Amino acid sequence: MRPLIQFLFKYYNFFLFLLLEFFAILIIYQNSYYQQSSILSAANAISGGIYGFSSGITDYIGLKSINKTLADENAHLLSLQKSSFIKTNNKVFVVNDTLYQQQYTYLSAKVISNTANRANNYLTLNKGLKQGIKKNMGVISSQGIVGIVKDVSENFCSVTSLLHSKTKISAKIKKNDNVGTIIWKGDDYRVVTLKDVPAHVKISVGDTIISSGYSMMFPEGILIGSIYSYEINKGKDFYEIRVKLFNDFNNISYVYVINNLMKDELNELEKRSQNE
Amino acid sequence: MNNLIFRNIIRFIGLVLLQVLVFNNIEVFSFITPFIYILFIMLLPFNTPRWLILISGFLLGLCIDMFSNSGGIHTAATVLIAYLSPWAQNVVSTKSDNEPGIQPGILNSGFKWFFLYALILTTAHHICVFYLEIFRFTDFFDTLKHALYNVVFTLVFIIISQYLFFNRKS
Repeated sequence: MRPLIQFLFKYYNFFLFLLLEFFAILIIYQNSYYQQSSILSAANAISGGIYGFSSGITDYIGLKSINKTLADENAHLLSLQKSSFIKTNNKVFVVNDTLYQQQYTYLSAKVISNTANRANNYLTLNKGLKQGIKKNMGVISSQGIVGIVKDVSENFCSVTSLLHSKTKISAKIKKNDNVGTIIWKGDDYRVVTLKDVPAHVKISVGDTIISSGYSMMFPEGILIGSIYSYEINKGKDFYEIRVKLFNDFNNISYVYVINNLMKDELNELEKRSQNE
Repeated sequence: MNNLIFRNIIRFIGLVLLQVLVFNNIEVFSFITPFIYILFIMLLPFNTPRWLILISGFLLGLCIDMFSNSGGIHTAATVLIAYLSPWAQNVVSTKSDNEPGIQPGILNSGFKWFFLYALILTTAHHICVFYLEIFRFTDFFDTLKHALYNVVFTLVFIIISQYLFFNRKS
Protein backbone atom coordinates (compact mmCIF):
# COMPACT_ATOMS: atom_id res chain seq x y z
CA MET A 1 0.00 0.00 0.00
CA ARG A 2 2.73 2.42 0.93
CA PRO A 3 4.52 2.34 -2.40
CA LEU A 4 1.23 3.17 -4.11
CA ILE A 5 0.65 6.21 -1.89
CA GLN A 6 4.23 7.28 -2.41
CA PHE A 7 3.74 6.91 -6.13
CA LEU A 8 0.57 9.01 -6.03
CA PHE A 9 2.32 11.71 -4.01
CA LYS A 10 5.28 11.76 -6.31
CA TYR A 11 3.19 12.31 -9.36
CA TYR A 12 0.26 14.17 -7.83
CA ASN A 13 0.54 16.89 -10.43
CA PHE A 14 0.04 14.42 -13.19
CA PHE A 15 -2.97 12.93 -11.47
CA LEU A 16 -4.43 16.34 -10.86
CA PHE A 17 -3.96 16.98 -14.54
CA LEU A 18 -5.75 13.75 -15.42
CA LEU A 19 -8.56 14.55 -13.01
CA LEU A 20 -9.13 18.02 -14.43
CA GLU A 21 -8.97 16.73 -17.99
CA PHE A 22 -11.49 14.11 -17.00
CA PHE A 23 -13.83 16.83 -15.77
CA ALA A 24 -13.34 18.79 -18.95
CA ILE A 25 -14.11 15.80 -21.13
CA LEU A 26 -17.14 15.09 -18.94
CA ILE A 27 -18.39 18.61 -19.57
CA ILE A 28 -17.84 18.24 -23.32
CA TYR A 29 -19.68 14.93 -23.26
CA GLN A 30 -22.54 16.29 -21.20
CA ASN A 31 -22.76 19.40 -23.32
CA SER A 32 -23.02 17.52 -26.58
CA TYR A 33 -25.96 15.52 -25.23
CA TYR A 34 -27.82 18.03 -23.16
CA GLN A 35 -27.23 21.23 -25.04
CA GLN A 36 -30.00 23.08 -23.23
CA SER A 37 -29.50 22.02 -19.65
CA SER A 38 -25.80 22.71 -19.59
CA ILE A 39 -24.52 24.83 -16.72
CA LEU A 40 -21.85 26.26 -18.95
CA SER A 41 -24.15 28.09 -21.29
CA ALA A 42 -23.93 31.71 -22.24
CA ALA A 43 -27.42 32.15 -20.87
CA ASN A 44 -26.62 31.96 -17.18
CA ALA A 45 -26.77 34.93 -14.88
CA ILE A 46 -23.14 36.02 -15.00
CA SER A 47 -22.39 35.72 -18.70
CA GLY A 48 -25.90 36.80 -19.65
CA GLY A 49 -25.51 39.91 -17.54
CA ILE A 50 -22.16 40.80 -19.04
CA TYR A 51 -23.43 40.20 -22.57
CA GLY A 52 -26.48 42.30 -21.82
CA PHE A 53 -24.26 45.09 -20.64
CA SER A 54 -22.03 44.95 -23.70
CA SER A 55 -24.95 44.83 -26.12
CA GLY A 56 -26.40 47.79 -24.27
CA ILE A 57 -23.37 49.67 -25.51
CA THR A 58 -23.10 48.23 -29.00
CA ASP A 59 -26.85 48.52 -29.61
CA TYR A 60 -26.59 52.22 -29.06
CA ILE A 61 -23.95 52.47 -31.78
CA GLY A 62 -26.26 50.70 -34.20
CA LEU A 63 -29.26 52.85 -33.33
CA LYS A 64 -28.93 55.03 -36.41
CA SER A 65 -29.14 52.18 -38.89
CA ILE A 66 -31.90 50.51 -36.90
CA ASN A 67 -33.92 53.70 -37.07
CA LYS A 68 -33.44 53.81 -40.79
CA THR A 69 -34.57 50.24 -41.32
CA LEU A 70 -37.61 50.82 -39.13
CA ALA A 71 -38.55 53.89 -41.13
CA ASP A 72 -38.16 51.92 -44.37
CA GLU A 73 -40.26 49.13 -43.02
CA ASN A 74 -42.96 51.53 -41.92
CA ALA A 75 -43.03 53.02 -45.39
CA HIS A 76 -43.45 49.60 -46.84
CA LEU A 77 -46.24 48.74 -44.42
CA LEU A 78 -48.05 52.01 -45.10
CA SER A 79 -48.03 51.30 -48.80
CA LEU A 80 -49.65 47.94 -48.10
CA GLN A 81 -52.39 49.48 -45.99
CA LYS A 82 -55.96 49.46 -47.12
CA SER A 83 -56.14 53.25 -47.37
CA SER A 84 -53.41 53.17 -49.99
CA PHE A 85 -55.64 51.24 -52.35
CA ILE A 86 -58.53 52.48 -54.39
CA LYS A 87 -61.51 50.28 -54.84
CA THR A 88 -62.13 49.29 -58.43
CA ASN A 89 -65.41 47.66 -57.82
CA ASN A 90 -67.33 48.58 -60.98
CA LYS A 91 -70.32 46.71 -62.22
CA VAL A 92 -68.62 46.19 -65.53
CA PHE A 93 -64.93 45.98 -65.35
CA VAL A 94 -62.10 44.88 -67.51
CA VAL A 95 -60.21 41.80 -66.42
CA ASN A 96 -58.43 42.81 -63.30
CA ASP A 97 -57.46 40.13 -60.90
CA THR A 98 -57.53 42.22 -57.77
CA LEU A 99 -60.38 43.99 -56.12
CA TYR A 100 -58.09 46.75 -54.93
CA GLN A 101 -55.60 48.66 -56.98
CA GLN A 102 -52.81 50.49 -55.30
CA GLN A 103 -53.13 54.24 -55.34
CA TYR A 104 -50.48 55.44 -52.90
CA THR A 105 -46.93 54.37 -52.24
CA TYR A 106 -44.72 55.73 -49.49
CA LEU A 107 -41.04 56.55 -49.47
CA SER A 108 -39.18 57.17 -46.27
CA ALA A 109 -36.83 60.14 -46.11
CA LYS A 110 -34.74 61.89 -43.53
CA VAL A 111 -35.17 65.58 -42.75
CA ILE A 112 -31.80 67.24 -43.14
CA SER A 113 -32.87 70.79 -42.51
CA ASN A 114 -36.01 72.31 -41.09
CA THR A 115 -37.32 75.60 -39.78
CA ALA A 116 -40.42 76.41 -37.80
CA ASN A 117 -39.87 79.96 -36.66
CA ARG A 118 -40.25 81.93 -39.90
CA ALA A 119 -43.28 83.14 -41.78
CA ASN A 120 -42.59 80.74 -44.63
CA ASN A 121 -40.98 77.53 -43.52
CA TYR A 122 -39.33 74.85 -45.62
CA LEU A 123 -37.85 71.42 -44.98
CA THR A 124 -35.13 69.66 -46.94
CA LEU A 125 -35.18 65.89 -47.33
CA ASN A 126 -32.39 63.53 -48.34
CA LYS A 127 -34.27 61.99 -51.25
CA GLY A 128 -34.68 63.39 -54.76
CA LEU A 129 -35.31 62.63 -58.42
CA LYS A 130 -33.11 59.54 -58.31
CA GLN A 131 -35.27 58.03 -55.60
CA GLY A 132 -38.45 58.85 -57.50
CA ILE A 133 -39.60 62.05 -55.81
CA LYS A 134 -41.51 64.56 -57.93
CA LYS A 135 -42.98 67.97 -57.44
CA ASN A 136 -46.25 68.32 -55.51
CA MET A 137 -46.02 65.06 -53.63
CA GLY A 138 -47.40 65.04 -50.10
CA VAL A 139 -45.10 64.63 -47.11
CA ILE A 140 -46.26 63.20 -43.80
CA SER A 141 -44.68 61.95 -40.61
CA SER A 142 -46.01 59.33 -38.28
CA GLN A 143 -47.81 62.12 -36.39
CA GLY A 144 -49.44 63.84 -39.31
CA ILE A 145 -49.14 66.04 -42.37
CA VAL A 146 -45.82 67.82 -42.84
CA GLY A 147 -46.04 69.57 -46.18
CA ILE A 148 -45.83 69.37 -49.97
CA VAL A 149 -42.75 68.84 -52.15
CA LYS A 150 -41.90 72.15 -53.77
CA ASP A 151 -38.67 71.55 -55.62
CA VAL A 152 -36.63 68.48 -56.50
CA SER A 153 -32.95 68.11 -57.29
CA GLU A 154 -30.95 65.01 -58.14
CA ASN A 155 -30.65 63.73 -54.57
CA PHE A 156 -32.61 66.16 -52.43
CA CYS A 157 -35.97 67.85 -52.33
CA SER A 158 -37.32 70.90 -50.61
CA VAL A 159 -40.71 70.79 -48.99
CA THR A 160 -43.13 73.61 -48.35
CA SER A 161 -44.00 73.14 -44.73
CA LEU A 162 -47.55 73.19 -43.45
CA LEU A 163 -46.26 76.28 -41.66
CA HIS A 164 -46.20 78.41 -44.80
CA SER A 165 -48.40 81.37 -45.67
CA LYS A 166 -49.29 79.88 -49.06
CA THR A 167 -50.06 76.36 -47.92
CA LYS A 168 -53.69 75.30 -48.20
CA ILE A 169 -54.68 71.78 -47.37
CA SER A 170 -58.11 70.27 -47.58
CA ALA A 171 -59.11 68.78 -44.22
CA LYS A 172 -62.19 67.52 -42.47
CA ILE A 173 -63.53 66.92 -39.02
CA LYS A 174 -63.29 63.23 -38.38
CA LYS A 175 -66.52 63.04 -36.41
CA ASN A 176 -68.91 64.35 -39.05
CA ASP A 177 -66.90 64.59 -42.29
CA ASN A 178 -67.35 68.34 -42.72
CA VAL A 179 -64.68 69.68 -45.03
CA GLY A 180 -62.64 72.84 -44.62
CA THR A 181 -59.27 74.31 -45.50
CA ILE A 182 -56.19 74.36 -43.30
CA ILE A 183 -54.08 77.51 -43.40
CA TRP A 184 -51.34 78.85 -41.16
CA LYS A 185 -51.50 82.39 -39.88
CA GLY A 186 -47.85 82.58 -38.98
CA ASP A 187 -48.12 83.16 -35.24
CA ASP A 188 -47.58 79.85 -33.43
CA TYR A 189 -45.85 76.83 -34.90
CA ARG A 190 -48.05 74.50 -32.89
CA VAL A 191 -51.39 75.85 -34.12
CA VAL A 192 -53.02 76.11 -37.55
CA THR A 193 -56.45 77.42 -38.59
CA LEU A 194 -59.28 75.48 -40.17
CA LYS A 195 -61.56 77.69 -42.30
CA ASP A 196 -64.71 77.21 -44.36
CA VAL A 197 -66.56 74.92 -41.99
CA PRO A 198 -70.22 76.06 -42.01
CA ALA A 199 -71.53 77.47 -38.76
CA HIS A 200 -74.43 75.07 -38.39
CA VAL A 201 -72.09 72.11 -37.89
CA LYS A 202 -71.76 70.94 -34.31
CA ILE A 203 -68.14 70.79 -33.17
CA SER A 204 -66.41 70.64 -29.81
CA VAL A 205 -62.94 71.14 -28.43
CA GLY A 206 -60.77 68.06 -28.85
CA ASP A 207 -62.32 66.81 -32.10
CA THR A 208 -59.77 65.27 -34.43
CA ILE A 209 -58.99 66.88 -37.76
CA ILE A 210 -57.81 64.63 -40.59
CA SER A 211 -57.02 65.06 -44.26
CA SER A 212 -60.07 64.90 -46.49
CA GLY A 213 -58.70 62.96 -49.40
CA TYR A 214 -59.99 65.65 -51.80
CA SER A 215 -56.50 66.76 -52.70
CA MET A 216 -54.24 64.68 -54.85
CA MET A 217 -51.35 64.76 -52.41
CA PHE A 218 -52.76 63.06 -49.35
CA PRO A 219 -54.92 60.03 -48.90
CA GLU A 220 -57.95 60.33 -46.72
CA GLY A 221 -57.52 60.06 -42.98
CA ILE A 222 -54.00 61.35 -42.40
CA LEU A 223 -53.90 62.99 -38.97
CA ILE A 224 -53.46 66.74 -38.65
CA GLY A 225 -54.45 67.87 -35.16
CA SER A 226 -57.25 68.40 -32.69
CA ILE A 227 -59.56 71.36 -32.14
CA TYR A 228 -58.11 73.77 -29.61
CA SER A 229 -60.66 76.59 -29.75
CA TYR A 230 -63.23 77.97 -32.20
CA GLU A 231 -65.33 81.06 -32.88
CA ILE A 232 -67.78 82.36 -35.47
CA ASN A 233 -66.78 85.65 -37.03
CA LYS A 234 -69.45 88.33 -36.99
CA GLY A 235 -71.46 88.53 -40.17
CA LYS A 236 -70.11 85.28 -41.50
CA ASP A 237 -71.48 81.82 -41.65
CA PHE A 238 -68.24 79.99 -41.15
CA TYR A 239 -66.21 78.88 -38.16
CA GLU A 240 -62.71 79.96 -37.51
CA ILE A 241 -61.25 76.88 -35.82
CA ARG A 242 -57.86 76.81 -34.15
CA VAL A 243 -56.28 73.39 -34.52
CA LYS A 244 -53.45 72.15 -32.35
CA LEU A 245 -51.07 70.11 -34.50
CA PHE A 246 -50.09 66.59 -33.53
CA ASN A 247 -46.74 67.13 -35.20
CA ASP A 248 -43.99 68.92 -33.32
CA PHE A 249 -42.56 70.88 -36.22
CA ASN A 250 -39.49 71.75 -34.24
CA ASN A 251 -38.59 68.09 -33.99
CA ILE A 252 -39.14 66.12 -37.18
CA SER A 253 -36.47 63.64 -38.23
CA TYR A 254 -38.03 60.97 -40.45
CA VAL A 255 -40.89 61.56 -42.89
CA TYR A 256 -42.71 59.71 -45.63
CA VAL A 257 -43.22 61.06 -49.10
CA ILE A 258 -46.50 59.99 -50.67
CA ASN A 259 -46.63 59.09 -54.32
CA ASN A 260 -50.12 59.15 -55.79
CA LEU A 261 -49.99 56.67 -58.64
CA MET A 262 -53.19 58.03 -60.18
CA LYS A 263 -52.29 61.66 -60.03
CA ASP A 264 -51.77 62.11 -63.78
CA GLU A 265 -55.09 60.53 -64.54
CA LEU A 266 -56.88 62.79 -62.05
CA ASN A 267 -55.06 65.87 -63.33
CA GLU A 268 -56.05 65.19 -66.88
CA LEU A 269 -59.65 64.62 -65.95
CA GLU A 270 -59.82 67.85 -63.99
CA LYS A 271 -58.22 69.81 -66.80
CA ARG A 272 -60.69 68.43 -69.29
CA SER A 273 -63.70 69.32 -67.18
CA GLN A 274 -62.37 72.82 -66.52
CA ASN A 275 -61.90 73.49 -70.22
CA GLU A 276 -65.47 72.75 -71.02
CA MET B 1 3.88 38.52 -3.08
CA ASN B 2 0.35 39.79 -2.42
CA ASN B 3 0.82 42.32 -5.14
CA LEU B 4 1.73 39.50 -7.51
CA ILE B 5 -1.41 37.53 -6.67
CA PHE B 6 -3.55 40.63 -7.04
CA ARG B 7 -2.02 41.43 -10.41
CA ASN B 8 -2.67 37.94 -11.67
CA ILE B 9 -6.31 38.03 -10.58
CA ILE B 10 -6.79 41.31 -12.39
CA ARG B 11 -5.09 39.86 -15.44
CA PHE B 12 -7.35 36.82 -15.28
CA ILE B 13 -10.54 38.91 -15.29
CA GLY B 14 -9.18 41.35 -17.85
CA LEU B 15 -8.16 38.63 -20.29
CA VAL B 16 -11.47 36.77 -19.97
CA LEU B 17 -13.43 39.95 -20.68
CA LEU B 18 -11.12 40.92 -23.53
CA GLN B 19 -11.44 37.49 -25.09
CA VAL B 20 -15.20 37.28 -24.69
CA LEU B 21 -16.20 40.81 -25.58
CA VAL B 22 -13.60 41.67 -28.21
CA PHE B 23 -11.66 38.76 -29.64
CA ASN B 24 -14.58 36.36 -29.87
CA ASN B 25 -16.13 38.82 -32.29
CA ILE B 26 -13.12 38.80 -34.58
CA GLU B 27 -13.48 36.44 -37.49
CA VAL B 28 -10.74 36.57 -40.10
CA PHE B 29 -11.53 34.40 -43.14
CA SER B 30 -14.52 33.13 -41.17
CA PHE B 31 -12.55 30.65 -39.07
CA ILE B 32 -9.73 32.54 -37.35
CA THR B 33 -10.47 33.79 -33.86
CA PRO B 34 -7.39 34.67 -31.82
CA PHE B 35 -7.48 33.06 -28.38
CA ILE B 36 -5.39 35.50 -26.44
CA TYR B 37 -6.69 34.46 -23.03
CA ILE B 38 -4.01 31.74 -22.80
CA LEU B 39 -1.56 34.60 -22.20
CA PHE B 40 -2.60 34.28 -18.57
CA ILE B 41 -1.09 30.79 -18.29
CA MET B 42 2.04 31.90 -20.12
CA LEU B 43 2.62 34.85 -17.82
CA LEU B 44 2.31 32.99 -14.51
CA PRO B 45 5.59 33.46 -12.63
CA PHE B 46 8.32 30.84 -12.79
CA ASN B 47 8.07 28.19 -10.08
CA THR B 48 4.39 28.70 -9.47
CA PRO B 49 3.22 25.43 -7.85
CA ARG B 50 2.09 23.13 -10.61
CA TRP B 51 -1.21 22.32 -8.94
CA LEU B 52 -1.97 26.06 -8.85
CA ILE B 53 -1.25 26.40 -12.56
CA LEU B 54 -3.53 23.47 -13.28
CA ILE B 55 -6.39 24.75 -11.14
CA SER B 56 -6.20 28.28 -12.54
CA GLY B 57 -6.02 26.86 -16.06
CA PHE B 58 -9.15 24.84 -15.35
CA LEU B 59 -11.01 27.90 -14.05
CA LEU B 60 -9.84 30.02 -16.97
CA GLY B 61 -11.05 27.50 -19.51
CA LEU B 62 -14.34 27.14 -17.65
CA CYS B 63 -14.92 30.91 -17.81
CA ILE B 64 -14.22 31.03 -21.54
CA ASP B 65 -16.48 28.04 -22.17
CA MET B 66 -19.25 29.61 -20.18
CA PHE B 67 -19.24 32.65 -22.44
CA SER B 68 -18.65 31.06 -25.81
CA ASN B 69 -21.05 28.11 -25.43
CA SER B 70 -18.27 25.71 -26.31
CA GLY B 71 -18.92 23.38 -23.39
CA GLY B 72 -15.60 22.14 -22.03
CA ILE B 73 -13.43 22.40 -25.14
CA HIS B 74 -11.43 25.36 -23.89
CA THR B 75 -11.26 23.85 -20.42
CA ALA B 76 -9.61 20.71 -21.76
CA ALA B 77 -7.17 22.65 -23.93
CA THR B 78 -6.25 25.10 -21.19
CA VAL B 79 -5.65 22.38 -18.61
CA LEU B 80 -3.40 20.69 -21.16
CA ILE B 81 -1.19 23.75 -21.64
CA ALA B 82 -1.25 24.44 -17.92
CA TYR B 83 0.30 21.03 -17.49
CA LEU B 84 2.73 21.58 -20.34
CA SER B 85 3.90 25.08 -19.42
CA PRO B 86 6.62 24.17 -16.83
CA TRP B 87 7.84 21.50 -19.21
CA ALA B 88 7.93 24.00 -22.10
CA GLN B 89 9.92 26.41 -19.95
CA ASN B 90 12.54 23.71 -19.31
CA VAL B 91 12.73 22.66 -22.93
CA VAL B 92 13.23 26.17 -24.21
CA SER B 93 15.52 27.61 -21.59
CA THR B 94 19.24 27.23 -22.15
CA LYS B 95 20.56 28.56 -18.89
CA SER B 96 19.08 28.63 -15.43
CA ASP B 97 17.73 32.11 -15.93
CA ASN B 98 14.27 31.25 -14.63
CA GLU B 99 14.43 32.96 -11.28
CA PRO B 100 11.49 32.23 -9.00
CA GLY B 101 8.85 34.92 -8.78
CA ILE B 102 9.69 36.52 -12.10
CA GLN B 103 7.11 36.18 -14.81
CA PRO B 104 8.06 35.03 -18.28
CA GLY B 105 8.14 37.76 -20.88
CA ILE B 106 10.16 39.24 -23.68
CA LEU B 107 11.91 41.69 -21.36
CA ASN B 108 12.92 39.14 -18.76
CA SER B 109 13.77 36.24 -20.99
CA GLY B 110 14.45 37.63 -24.43
CA PHE B 111 12.43 37.59 -27.62
CA LYS B 112 13.63 34.22 -28.91
CA TRP B 113 12.96 32.45 -25.64
CA PHE B 114 9.51 33.88 -25.21
CA PHE B 115 8.58 33.34 -28.83
CA LEU B 116 9.47 29.64 -28.73
CA TYR B 117 7.75 29.20 -25.38
CA ALA B 118 4.57 30.90 -26.63
CA LEU B 119 4.74 28.98 -29.90
CA ILE B 120 4.80 25.59 -28.17
CA LEU B 121 1.93 26.40 -25.83
CA THR B 122 -0.22 28.14 -28.44
CA THR B 123 0.20 25.31 -30.92
CA ALA B 124 -0.70 22.69 -28.32
CA HIS B 125 -3.72 24.66 -27.20
CA HIS B 126 -5.04 25.42 -30.68
CA ILE B 127 -4.62 21.89 -31.99
CA CYS B 128 -6.47 20.62 -28.95
CA VAL B 129 -9.29 23.15 -29.37
CA PHE B 130 -9.71 22.63 -33.10
CA TYR B 131 -9.78 18.84 -33.00
CA LEU B 132 -12.14 18.76 -30.05
CA GLU B 133 -14.40 21.19 -31.82
CA ILE B 134 -14.56 19.15 -35.04
CA PHE B 135 -14.43 15.87 -33.09
CA ARG B 136 -13.45 13.72 -36.03
CA PHE B 137 -10.31 13.00 -38.00
CA THR B 138 -11.87 12.89 -41.46
CA ASP B 139 -10.72 16.39 -42.36
CA PHE B 140 -7.46 15.92 -40.53
CA PHE B 141 -5.27 18.22 -42.63
CA ASP B 142 -7.90 20.90 -43.09
CA THR B 143 -8.35 21.09 -39.35
CA LEU B 144 -4.59 21.19 -38.83
CA LYS B 145 -4.28 23.98 -41.39
CA HIS B 146 -6.98 26.02 -39.67
CA ALA B 147 -5.39 25.47 -36.28
CA LEU B 148 -1.97 26.59 -37.51
CA TYR B 149 -3.35 29.71 -39.23
CA ASN B 150 -5.02 30.53 -35.96
CA VAL B 151 -1.73 30.02 -34.09
CA VAL B 152 -0.15 32.72 -36.24
CA PHE B 153 -2.84 35.24 -35.39
CA THR B 154 -2.86 34.45 -31.69
CA LEU B 155 0.94 34.71 -31.55
CA VAL B 156 0.90 38.09 -33.27
CA PHE B 157 -1.50 39.43 -30.65
CA ILE B 158 0.49 37.90 -27.79
CA ILE B 159 3.78 39.43 -29.01
CA ILE B 160 2.10 42.80 -29.56
CA SER B 161 0.68 42.73 -26.04
CA GLN B 162 4.19 42.09 -24.69
CA TYR B 163 5.48 45.26 -26.31
CA LEU B 164 2.38 47.22 -25.30
CA PHE B 165 2.27 46.43 -21.60
CA PHE B 166 5.75 45.44 -20.47
CA ASN B 167 7.92 48.08 -22.01
CA ARG B 168 8.48 50.51 -19.20
CA LYS B 169 10.26 48.13 -16.89
CA SER B 170 13.53 48.02 -18.87
